[in-house]
Amino acid sequence: MEALALSLVNAIPPLAGVPLWTVTLLLMVVVAAVILVFALTFEGVGSLVLRKVAGDIQARIGPNRVGPNGMLQFLADGVKLVLKEDIIPANADRLLFKLAPYFVFVGSFAAFVVVPFGVGLIAADLNIGIYYVMAVTSLVVVGVLLAGWASNNKWALLGGMRAASQIVSYEIPVGMALIPAVLIAGSLSLQDIVRSQGGLLGIFGWNLFHNPFTFFSFFLYFTAAQAETNQTPFDLPEAESELVSGYNVEYSGIRFGLFFLAEFGDMFIVAALATACFLGGWNVPFFNAGTLPWIWGNLLSLGVFLAKAFAMVLIMMWVRWTLPRLRVDQLMRMAWKFLVPLTFVNLLGVSLWLLVFRGKGIPGMIASLFG
Amino acid sequence: MSGPADYIFYAAAAMTVGAAILVAILPNILYAAVALLFSFAGVAGLYILLSADFLGATQILVYVGGILVLLLFAVFLSNRISDAKITNPTHFRLPAAAICLVLFGVLSYAGVSTPYAVKKGVYLPTTADIGELLMTRYLLPFEVASVLLLAALIGAALLSRPDRAAPEKGEMEEGKG
Repeated sequence: MEALALSLVNAIPPLAGVPLWTVTLLLMVVVAAVILVFALTFEGVGSLVLRKVAGDIQARIGPNRVGPNGMLQFLADGVKLVLKEDIIPANADRLLFKLAPYFVFVGSFAAFVVVPFGVGLIAADLNIGIYYVMAVTSLVVVGVLLAGWASNNKWALLGGMRAASQIVSYEIPVGMALIPAVLIAGSLSLQDIVRSQGGLLGIFGWNLFHNPFTFFSFFLYFTAAQAETNQTPFDLPEAESELVSGYNVEYSGIRFGLFFLAEFGDMFIVAALATACFLGGWNVPFFNAGTLPWIWGNLLSLGVFLAKAFAMVLIMMWVRWTLPRLRVDQLMRMAWKFLVPLTFVNLLGVSLWLLVFRGKGIPGMIASLFG
Repeated sequence: MSGPADYIFYAAAAMTVGAAILVAILPNILYAAVALLFSFAGVAGLYILLSADFLGATQILVYVGGILVLLLFAVFLSNRISDAKITNPTHFRLPAAAICLVLFGVLSYAGVSTPYAVKKGVYLPTTADIGELLMTRYLLPFEVASVLLLAALIGAALLSRPDRAAPEKGEMEEGKG
């Protein structure tokens, strides 16, 4: 970021008198604003797509009143959420009730910082990329727990407890399933992980096809991530039929909106991580986008990345509307007795593979057979 | 050196210490827990300012995502959840003050007298070095710590396991529903 600020100062002479850190700070604010706009747009359009997909899968029409074919429904929803009265229950803990949605939203939005959107499109290519995502999203757990407690409502409290225990449990398989990508790239940085999947092999350079264990790892990650983002079949924290709506039942107006945005933000983060770690990220098949002029290379890689990430989001929605909900004990058994041991075995498999074949994947070996 | 880094340091330090004071004096235990969150975040900020990014993320992951959540769970699941005010009473003020003073003395002596291997103005990633040291020089302490944690985990599971001889009434049976 500082290097970019320096080049900006050099390019625009009037900036020469301004301290470098001021320019850097302003640049950071601008980048954050751009990402915020992207996140909010995704979350708005995502909610519309979710409802449309639900309609299709359940053989009904879905929203079709606002705009052509219901396309502007999300704008109407957004305006409604902002204008609605912000009700705080009389017996709620006012301070924590107000604070909780911010924790959840910050935890979800902070993860966007390290999403590698393109060759050079990343807010901060942190050296600890994936680890950072795992760390900041843990703020969501605290927010959800506080929201459930502060509402002073038994459904909200149960929902909050369920959400927190679920996220804490499934965090482990999610992290363990991502480690194979880290092992192959030899780095926690998401840009390095994406770059490690480039090259001349096309889609066979993806970590998904690297070896049988990474292939399996992707599906473990997808299952665990579906649970970590509280989506059906793992949507026990919300469980409309038993808990009304879970930890956010007492919230209205924009505070409810923040929970809602965070949920869709999490969905994108999960899809983006799956894309970056297993599906080649922004790599254009058989082509190095980095060799193009800056603007075209970035646009092309951005398009590739978003196409993959959005496809993942659509699959998550498809799963969401297809499977029935699990029971609490089934959910916990799934995490601790199946996913955790499987991810550990899988991690061992990947490590052994990398050790035995010196980091080479199956497609790479086949390619070297043919010279 | 003066500049933005100084202001960030003072802001992070003020957040850490201020929130820590709140943790100690707030009567409501949940408010204290939230203040603790800000204190942890301030410490993470200090780590990151010191170019220890891995340590900063670990601070958030372990303390906010683990310890704090565990603390909240403990408060929610305790019997006193129905009480209107979950209070945080003060006992043994004098011995506590004495222990705190001694601890403060030891920590400040350690902090002042340690020869830190600081390279000024160099911000280098630390992750690879930490990983390498954990796998070579500090392998034994690392493994001992992990075995200790595993033992604690098994012990906790054993203690909380329902008695097999007399199964509880409300226990859900496998395969039902």
